[in-house]
Amino acid sequence: MTVAHAVTANRLRDGIPVYRTEDGGWSPQFSAVGQLATAAEAEAIAAAAGAVNGKDAVVGAYAITVEVDGAAVRPTSLRERIRAEGPTVQPLAAMRKAS
Amino acid sequence: MYRYDEFDHDFLAERVAQFGDQVARRLSGELTEEEFRPLRLMNGLYLQLHAYMLRIAIPYGTLSATQLRALAHVARRYDNGYGHFTTRQNMQFNWIKLEEVPQAMADLAAAEMHGIQTSGNCIRNVTADQWAGVAPDEIEDPRVWCEIIRQWSTLHPEFSFLPRKFKIAVTGSPHDRAAVRVHDIGLRLHRNEAGEIGFEVMVGGGLGRTPYIAKTIREFLPKQDLLSYLEAILRVYNQLGRRDNIYKARIKILVHALGAEKIAELVEAEWQQMRDGALKLPQATIDAISTHFAPPDYPTRDPMPPQLMAARLRDPDFARWLRSNVAPHRVPGYAIVSISLKPEGAPPGDCTAGQMDALADLSERYSFGETRVTHEQNLVFPHVAQEHLPELWRALDALELATPNIGLASDIIACPGLDYCSLANARSIPVAQHLGQRLGALDRQHDLGNLQVKISGCINACGHHHVGHIGLLGVDKNGEEFYQITLGGSAADDASLGAILGPAVAYDKVVDTVASLVEGYVGLRENGERFLDTYRRVGAAPFKERLNAAR
Amino acid sequence: MPLVKDGALVADAWTRIADDAALPGDGAVTVSFKRWEAERSSLLGRNAPVGVFLGNTDPVEALASDLNRIGVVMLDFPKYTDGRAYSQARLLRERLGYRGELRATGNVLRDQLLFMRRSGFDTYEVDERGAAGFAASMAAVTHAYQPATNDAGMLLRRYTSARASGAK
Repeated sequence: MTVAHAVTANRLRDGIPVYRTEDGGWSPQFSAVGQLATAAEAEAIAAAAGAVNGKDAVVGAYAITVEVDGAAVRPTSLRERIRAEGPTVQPLAAMRKAS
Repeated sequence: MYRYDEFDHDFLAERVAQFGDQVARRLSGELTEEEFRPLRLMNGLYLQLHAYMLRIAIPYGTLSATQLRALAHVARRYDNGYGHFTTRQNMQFNWIKLEEVPQAMADLAAAEMHGIQTSGNCIRNVTADQWAGVAPDEIEDPRVWCEIIRQWSTLHPEFSFLPRKFKIAVTGSPHDRAAVRVHDIGLRLHRNEAGEIGFEVMVGGGLGRTPYIAKTIREFLPKQDLLSYLEAILRVYNQLGRRDNIYKARIKILVHALGAEKIAELVEAEWQQMRDGALKLPQATIDAISTHFAPPDYPTRDPMPPQLMAARLRDPDFARWLRSNVAPHRVPGYAIVSISLKPEGAPPGDCTAGQMDALADLSERYSFGETRVTHEQNLVFPHVAQEHLPELWRALDALELATPNIGLASDIIACPGLDYCSLANARSIPVAQHLGQRLGALDRQHDLGNLQVKISGCINACGHHHVGHIGLLGVDKNGEEFYQITLGGSAADDASLGAILGPAVAYDKVVDTVASLVEGYVGLRENGERFLDTYRRVGAAPFKERLNAAR
Repeated sequence: MPLVKDGALVADAWTRIADDAALPGDGAVTVSFKRWEAERSSLLGRNAPVGVFLGNTDPVEALASDLNRIGVVMLDFPKYTDGRAYSQARLLRERLGYRGELRATGNVLRDQLLFMRRSGFDTYEVDERGAAGFAASMAAVTHAYQPATNDAGMLLRRYTSARASGAK
């Protein structure tokens, strides 16, 4: 397993977590995250991200680390895993729907 | 209940339009995020882990059926079908889109609701005793004063950019159900020696990183002077509160640094210069606002209805609910009913849109259309005829809203924690879920009595862990979730801050550890003592042993 | 930086003189509170208008006896989230009875203008966005609950005299 760097933010218009892709766009899919070799690269991209306006504007971009195990990539920290995968608990509404 | 007049409606319409314009300017890029952030916060809009979060004020915790339905509508239309009642008598929606917020706010405004001043460094939504107007021991209804404070503080031109947030709570009963001593300002209505009613004014309470119990700076403040005195406190704070460090910016730090006597002196000096000015409350104003809170016209009801007696004997589940969730009312033949939002294994404080709509209907049938929100994240029907209790219980039970655990071990307070909140270090909800199940079982086995467990996912203490009989604080240790345990806190009349028991406990051990502490109490308790009483009597040592053995 | 006074863009009649710069022989000048304290009599004897720039910790009360001879008081918003100048403004207007120009300087954004006006400011050093959106921002919320510098607010009036006299 190796560690790589990446950039995440929340999309301005709806607040959902988005990930910087290899082609320089933003995707709500964590699987589309672009891997970067160094933290410095990720931080530089994050620092510049807030200046872009328009439909794809993002808020509060920051660098994260990801674990890479072959084709499997996931965020290192629990916080980022929760952002990428959703709450670890079922909200009441979902519990009620399921029962 | 307070009903908006034309002025309130017109004001709110302007405010909604103003925020709509601010949102449009942010989306167009005219406003930077740094410029926009305080503007959205002052309208209750946060950016959290998964989306925006919209916090709706429920002034002094009182909701009409129309308002409950409006919350249900927002939950369905703009969120994922549920909302979350907080420890500050607010409702939070966790899945909001910025571009839809202006419309959601307009929908709420039609029901006289908004998110104004539910965040930001301003005077926040004022909270009150959830039993206001119906508690048998009440001296005077605190909601009248909360409403007066709400109006005075709404978009206050001088106090909208304070050093830090500012929370005021009011209680009108000798028994404090509003935790007034852990607020920036706590107000307690009481009688002086001459028999007049006025306020004891406390300042500098609060939880968070540096918890303090508030200090009394004035034993008795005549009612007509309330606003001028509050304005004097806020003016002193606005000018002298620290702005160089957000962790030292609350008024509690100023009170601690200068001393309560000095603060009292500064406030008094400021107040003397303006006490007879425009803020002095004419009796006509107080009377006009008081009429909004006149009690409903209670039809005479049997104080000992035979159907209640029969149901209690017939059904042990009903009898148990009656014991834990129903309290005496000031009017004979009526009762105060607490509705638990803590079914075992569910996220504390969550309520689905369907439940909200159903509760609105039930409140109209059984509670004069009124529902209250408690700072323990439960709801209350404040005016239920005793004879209706069995049928109300059946209806609530069908909605999974009749868990008989008010004030008991499984009635756990928890903040949203790391599952939702961008500030959190650790999760709160799953701990509450598992602990609720475990303690619920222990309670059925041992009848634990009043036991308050409160969980915060970070030091900001939204779960009020410092004042839990058992408090849990989530901390991050090298990327792992740990929980620091405090014992002996209380937010009631005997307010105290819990003491840290020992080293923090890992996520997968915390439920077992707390269960062990509770089992320890069962072995030590004497004559029906509460956990808190036992802890205060025997001290921390036996609990420390259990912590060390379990962690 | 655009300057708005009484709702209109105006030229700035005041020159701000740094603490270490020489005072010009004539013309309207503003000086820091520190310089005001040190050179009060010569500033007043200059026979030209003088104004004072107050920092957020400078005591407004110190100007009390000279306010009728001061042409402008400038109050600072070092960051727009720093609200100390609102209290200074209200004290100047309501307690000390200052009637001259009261100017907001620093990080003055259009979404704070209403708070400033209600606290007693009448002149604003805004950015281009503030100048363009000035009128719209000032008209955004016309209802006020509490008494402040420029109006009595509705909390008291609407339950007493206003209601009795039939006003909204």
